[in-house]
Amino acid sequence: MTEIPHLLVHEQADNVGVVVVEGLTAGTDMLCCVTHDNSTFRLTAGADVPIGHKIALKDLKDGDTATKYGEDIGKIIADIPKGAHVHTHNCKTKRW
Amino acid sequence: MASKYSNLTVSAFRRENGRVGVRNHVVILPVDDISNAACEAVANNVKGTLAIPHAYGRLQFGEDLDLHFRTMIGTGANPNVAAVVVIGIEPGWTKRIADGIRETGKQVAEFSIEQNGDFETIRAASWKAKDFVHWATELQREECSVSELWVSTKCGESDTTTGLGSCPTVGNMYDKLLPEGITGFFGETSEITGAEHICQKRAINEEVGERWYKMWKAYQDDVIFAHQTDDLSDSQPTKGNIEGGLTTIEEKALGNLEKIGRTSQFIDILEPAEAPGQGNGLYFMDSSSAAAECVTLMAAGGAVIHTFPTGQGNVVGNPIVPVIKITANPRTVRTMSEHVDVDVSGILRREMTIDEAGDDLIDMIRRTANGRNTAAEALGHREFSMTKLYRSA
Repeated sequence: MTEIPHLLVHEQADNVGVVVVEGLTAGTDMLCCVTHDNSTFRLTAGADVPIGHKIALKDLKDGDTATKYGEDIGKIIADIPKGAHVHTHNCKTKRW
Repeated sequence: MASKYSNLTVSAFRRENGRVGVRNHVVILPVDDISNAACEAVANNVKGTLAIPHAYGRLQFGEDLDLHFRTMIGTGANPNVAAVVVIGIEPGWTKRIADGIRETGKQVAEFSIEQNGDFETIRAASWKAKDFVHWATELQREECSVSELWVSTKCGESDTTTGLGSCPTVGNMYDKLLPEGITGFFGETSEITGAEHICQKRAINEEVGERWYKMWKAYQDDVIFAHQTDDLSDSQPTKGNIEGGLTTIEEKALGNLEKIGRTSQFIDILEPAEAPGQGNGLYFMDSSSAAAECVTLMAAGGAVIHTFPTGQGNVVGNPIVPVIKITANPRTVRTMSEHVDVDVSGILRREMTIDEAGDDLIDMIRRTANGRNTAAEALGHREFSMTKLYRSA
């Protein structure tokens, strides 16, 4: 892969991915890579999102489950459009 | 089956009990907080010694006292330590700790302050410490198998890059070296929350898995829920974790568990600071997720090298165990490279595979065992933090 990916996704089942470059700006046509099988796809960033933070891979609804590593990582607590920033403002633990 | 990792060797110190150490410290160990000053005075008098001041050791009782003794004795007994001067306020507990360390066969001398005062204690202990330094500095490293190393892990200031890069790097190292016979430690009980169903399945058999689950559940009930005042949203994940992009404890836990790789299974569960008793293999130590506390407990359990994945850049070190920092976060590499021993940020750029990163870590473990100072050692990070279970009497 010559182009450096902007977003990494652990598993095909995941509905969020991780920004792995600094200074990502809204509107960027991101190269996304699923680390499990090295497959790639493209997605437009819907916001300026810092390195390490997550982006929704599809439209998510309040009450949905956030999936990463192919596992449940918490509940979505607000509607999130595809490409938008996913963090503590719209996603919460189911544990405590 | 022989692999390319089967014949790796390091140049290290063979101790009296057969264990292999990678450092050669002469430690001045206080039994209790009020003996710190005497220990630091001895370490000031005699160059090449290392005082390990700490905050506790008075009026503890029950399980909390047992943990105190286990931590003190385990620290002195660690193979990275050549010899120990133990100083306490009174002779009873001082002798108990000195005798516990003596079981390894290493040289130990103990001194107590009551009826001597600091001056006399420091004078006598300094003479002994000087003897120990002359003796220890003539010890020679010898060729030892990598398989004889006890290697611990715990991550800190995690972010999403630790789950993508630095934790899988440690996991890859364990998948390669545990079959060769090393002894490994992982832990951080509260930080498995959200991945406990996966962790339980990584036990060697059902019985160990069930014991593990009971231990994890007890921590949840007796520590977390018993003292909970909010949703822990500022504690787990930490503020640093959240800044780094981690949103929930489940997400953090799944990344954390990447440290035991794809194939490794744990063979037993250890109390905090307990030494492994079931031979070589991977052990889960019931431990806090706070960096200095966890590294201190694993060092007391006998680990001689610690592998520490970090995302946002935890700077922790330990007085007796070299702490190897691994990061995959390019911003951390850019802004605080003086703390980084192994840069695996190439994983995020898809320029480096996890397999290559694991080999880089194994190479750094060997170099560290051979004597290379880690970033934390070079920067003087010697955090020694006792775990306290409850208030003293």
